[in-house]
Amino acid sequence: MPSSNARKATGERTESEQFENVACPFCGMICDDLTVERTDKGLKVLKNACGKSIAGFERKLPPSRPQVGGKDVELAKAIKEAAKLIGKAELPLYGGLATDVEGMRAVMALAERSGGIVDHALSEAQYRNFKILQTTGWTTSTLTETRNRADLIIIAGSDVHKLHPRFFEKIVSPSDSMFDVTAPKRTVVFIGKGLDKSAAKGSRIGEVITLACKPEQAGEVVGALRARLSGFRLKPLEIDGVALADIDALAELCKQAKYGVVVWAPPSLDFSHAELAVEQFTGLVKDLNQTTRFAGLALGGAEGSITAGAVSTWQSGYPLRVSYASGAPDYDPYRYAIGRMLREGEGDLLVWIASISPDLSPPATQIPTIVLGTPGLVLAKAPAVLIPVGTPGVDHAGRLVRVDNVVSLPLKDLGRAELPPAADVLAAIEAAL
Amino acid sequence: MLIKLSGGKVYDPANKVSGEVRDIYVEGGKIVAAKPGARVDETYDLKGRIVMAGAIDPHTHIGGGKMTIARMLLPEDHLKDEVQRTDLTRAGTGHAVPSTMITGYRYAEMGYTACFEPAMLPANARQAHMEMGDTPMVDKGAFAMLGSDDFFLRQLAAKEDFEAIKDYVAWTMHASQAIAVKVVNPGGISAFKFNQRKLDLDEEHVYYHVTPRQIVVTLARALEELGVIHPLHVHGCNLGIPGNIESTLATIRAMDGLRLHMTHTQFLSYGIEGDRKFSSGAARLAELVNKSPNISIDVGQVMFGQTCTASGDSMRQYAIAKNAHPKKSVVMDIECDAGCGVVPMRYRDKSFVNALQWAIGLETFLLMEDPWRIFLTTDHPNGAPFYTYPHLIRLLMDKSFRNDMLQKINPDAQAQSTLKSLAREYTLDEIAILTRAGPARSLGLKDRGHLGLGASGDITVYRDDPDREAMFATPELVFKNGELIVRNGKVVKVVQGATHVARPDYDRAIEKPLHDYFDRYHTVRMENFRVADAEIVKGDKGSIVVQPTRPRAA
Repeated sequence: MPSSNARKATGERTESEQFENVACPFCGMICDDLTVERTDKGLKVLKNACGKSIAGFERKLPPSRPQVGGKDVELAKAIKEAAKLIGKAELPLYGGLATDVEGMRAVMALAERSGGIVDHALSEAQYRNFKILQTTGWTTSTLTETRNRADLIIIAGSDVHKLHPRFFEKIVSPSDSMFDVTAPKRTVVFIGKGLDKSAAKGSRIGEVITLACKPEQAGEVVGALRARLSGFRLKPLEIDGVALADIDALAELCKQAKYGVVVWAPPSLDFSHAELAVEQFTGLVKDLNQTTRFAGLALGGAEGSITAGAVSTWQSGYPLRVSYASGAPDYDPYRYAIGRMLREGEGDLLVWIASISPDLSPPATQIPTIVLGTPGLVLAKAPAVLIPVGTPGVDHAGRLVRVDNVVSLPLKDLGRAELPPAADVLAAIEAAL
Repeated sequence: MLIKLSGGKVYDPANKVSGEVRDIYVEGGKIVAAKPGARVDETYDLKGRIVMAGAIDPHTHIGGGKMTIARMLLPEDHLKDEVQRTDLTRAGTGHAVPSTMITGYRYAEMGYTACFEPAMLPANARQAHMEMGDTPMVDKGAFAMLGSDDFFLRQLAAKEDFEAIKDYVAWTMHASQAIAVKVVNPGGISAFKFNQRKLDLDEEHVYYHVTPRQIVVTLARALEELGVIHPLHVHGCNLGIPGNIESTLATIRAMDGLRLHMTHTQFLSYGIEGDRKFSSGAARLAELVNKSPNISIDVGQVMFGQTCTASGDSMRQYAIAKNAHPKKSVVMDIECDAGCGVVPMRYRDKSFVNALQWAIGLETFLLMEDPWRIFLTTDHPNGAPFYTYPHLIRLLMDKSFRNDMLQKINPDAQAQSTLKSLAREYTLDEIAILTRAGPARSLGLKDRGHLGLGASGDITVYRDDPDREAMFATPELVFKNGELIVRNGKVVKVVQGATHVARPDYDRAIEKPLHDYFDRYHTVRMENFRVADAEIVKGDKGSIVVQPTRPRAA
C-alpha cells in the first residue's frame, strides 16, 4: 500500500490540474458546480466553496498504511487477515457504509456471502423518514423543483444551514427561477428557535417568520396548524411561546401559497420518536394538496447514507437493517440496527466503512473490528485490521445518490492520493474468503 | 465453440418459420449457417421441443427511482417472497416489485432475454441505468420520458424552430442513454405542479398554454424525422378515468398517419355505459387500431392479486392514491423534468371495476387483428407482476380455460363483457410475434427477437405441454448469446446483458442554450446530467449496443 502522498514521492501527477463541474461528496446535496485545483500542496476549492467542501477537499491526509493489530503490513496481508476474520465470524456487522454506489454494491455482495448484517452509521436519522414512508407514504419535491417553484418554504425544526451551507443560496434564494408566475420574493418560515437563519437573505427572500418553539416541538406546532386548517376550534393554546394567532397566520400563508415546500432534516430531529414529527410534516403536505400544491423536502443524507439506503433497497428490497444470516434477506429495523446490536453485545465482528469524512468513527465495541477508512479517521484504538481507502470524488471516481433520492451524480478522481476504492478492497476480501 | 440445437420445432415469425423442424447452429454468440464437416462442440437434442427466440418485454418497469421507492414502500409485500442466495445467484426479494437481481433471474427463468424500462426520467437516468446494471441475465434498454419537462414545453410554447426541438429530443436520448422516447400524460405531470388536476387532449396547460395534442404530435413527428425506429411511446391523457376511451381514440386520430405506440391501453379504454358508468372501450379501440396501420399498442393486462402501480403520471397517481392497498402512496414532483407516483394496489376478482379491467385487457388482445401491432404486457408491476405472463398466455391460447376463469369474476363484470363470445385462441406463431418478433421489430433491435442467420444466440426451448401456462412458466433451456443460462426453469449461469440505445443525429449547437439553461435554473450541471458510456461499461460491468436509426429527415 503506497502512502497517501506516494504520488508526490514518485513524481506522478504532481503537475497542477484544475477540475470543473466537480461534485462534492461531503453533504447530501452533492453540489456539482465546484471548481477544484490540485497542486503539490493539495486540493483547493476555487469556486462555489462552502465550509464542508473546504474541510473535505482541502484536508491534508496523514500518512496511513494498512495495519493488522496496530502494525503496518502490506495491503495483501491486511486483506487476507480481514478475509480470515470474516470467514470465521458467525455474525459480521457491516456498518458505517460511508461509500459510493460501487462500494455499497461490494458491501452487499460481501454481507450476503458472509451472512452478515447491513446498516449505515446515520440510519437512525434516515429511519425517522423510512418509518413514515413505510406506514403512510408522502408527497415530496426535489432540489431543482423547489428552487424554481416554491413560493413558501417552511423549515420545520431543522438546522438546515448547519447541515447544508449552500441550501439557502442554491435552493431558497437563487438569482433566477424558471417561472415568472413564481413569486419573486419567497416567504420563509422557521418553526423552531435557535435555528441558523443567517443565510435566509438575498434578493429572493421576502418575509422571514419564526415560530419560536423548541425545535423538537415543530411537530406539535404543525399538528395544531393542521387542526386549524381542517377547521377545528382549538382552546387558546401556547406551545412554548407560539400562540394560536401565530399558527392561524401561518395557516393563512399556507392557503395562499401556490407551491409550498415543507423542509426538514432528519439528522436535526434528534429526539425520541421524531418520526411522529415527520408524520405531522408530511401530513400537512397531504392536507394542503387537496386544494393547492405542497410538497415535502427531506434533507440530511451525509456520508453516502442516501446511496447506502438506495442500493440496499434495490438489491435486497429493504432500506438497510437487513440480515443475511439465513442466506435470504431478513428485515427488521429494530433488531438489525447495528448501534443497538453493539450496545447489547450482538454480532461477533464489526466491519466499518468510513471513506468520506474522518469523523465517522466506529462505535466503541469489544468485538474485533475491521476498518476501511479514509486516512485520519478518528479511532479510539487500533482495530484488528485497518485498511486506508480513498474518498469517492476525491481519490477515485464514483457515483452518489443525492438527498432527494432522484438525482445521482458522477464523482471525479481529483488525484489527491493513491488509495484504493472501498469497492476494490471489499471485492478483494470477498475473493479471498 | 459451435453449438447445434437439433430437431426442434421452430417458431420464428420474423423469418416466416412456423413450427418447422430445423437445426439451429450458434457460434461466437450468433446464429450461423450449418457448417458441413465442422466439429460440433455441443449438441442439444430438441426432438419434440418448441424453439423460439428469447422473449422481449417492451414495457416493464424494472429500473429507476420509482421502483426503488416502491421497494422501500412495501416491506410487508417482500416478506411473502424472500429469496435465498445460492453459490450461483444472489439473494433478494420477489413478489410485486422484485429486487434487481431477482428480476433478472426470474425473467430469464421465464425465457425472456431482453427487458425495456419504459419510463426513465432523464433526471433519474443515472440511477435507472445503475439499477438495470444490477439486473443480470437480460439485455436492457430504456425510454426517456419527455413532454412535461420545462425545456421542451418552453420550446413548444415559444414556437421554436422545429429543428431545435428535434435536436433537444435527440440530445436527451444521448444524454440519458435511451433507445426510445415516451410521453406520459402529455403536459399533465407539469400541469399538476401548477395545480391542474386534469388535462384533456385539447385542454391548455395553464402556464405554457400548449395542449397535450400539440405535445404528442410534436414529439411523434420529431422522432419520425430523427429516424428513431420505435415510434413515440404514449401513455395518454386521463389514465384510469371512466370515459377516457374518447381521449385515447382522439389521440390516435390526431396522429393523422404518423406512427405512434399507445401503451397499456387497458388503462386507457374505459367507457361510461351501464349502471355504474364504467364499461369496456376495448371494441372501439380495436376497431380504430385495426384500421390504423401507423398505430401499435400493448395492453397492460390486469391480473388479480397484490401489486404496486408505479408511474411517471403524478397527476393521475395522486388521484388514485385514495384506492391504495395497503393505504400508503408516494407522489413526487421531480426536477422541473417529470414526476412519479407509486400506489400499491390489490386487484380483486370480485370487484366490478377490477374484474372489468381484467376483461377489457383480454378483449383487446382478442379483438386486435394484426399480432405485429400488439405486444404482451402487464405494464409490470402496474397491471400485475411480470411472472403472471405464462398465465396470461394460457388465457389467450385456451378458450375453455379463459371461460372457466371468467366464471370466477364479479358477475356484473361478466355480464357486461363480450369476452365469452370471443372464440379466438392465439396460436404459437402469434404468441411468438407478441412476445418476440413484434417488440424486436418495433424497437429496432436488428439482431434480437428472431432466429435468422446473424441473430444473437438468445434462444428459448420449451416442452410442448398442452398446459401452455406450465409450458411458458418453465422453459427447458434458455440461451443468451449462445450460452446456456437456464435449464428446466432454473438459472445455471449468471451473465450480464447489454444495454441497447439509439443515437439519432443532432446538431451540437443545442448544447449552448442547454448549458446556459442548466447553469441558470438547475441544480445539476449539463456535463454531469449526461450519463457517460463508461458508467454503464465500467461502472456497471455492462456493454452498450447502439441500434441503428434511419437518416434524419428535415
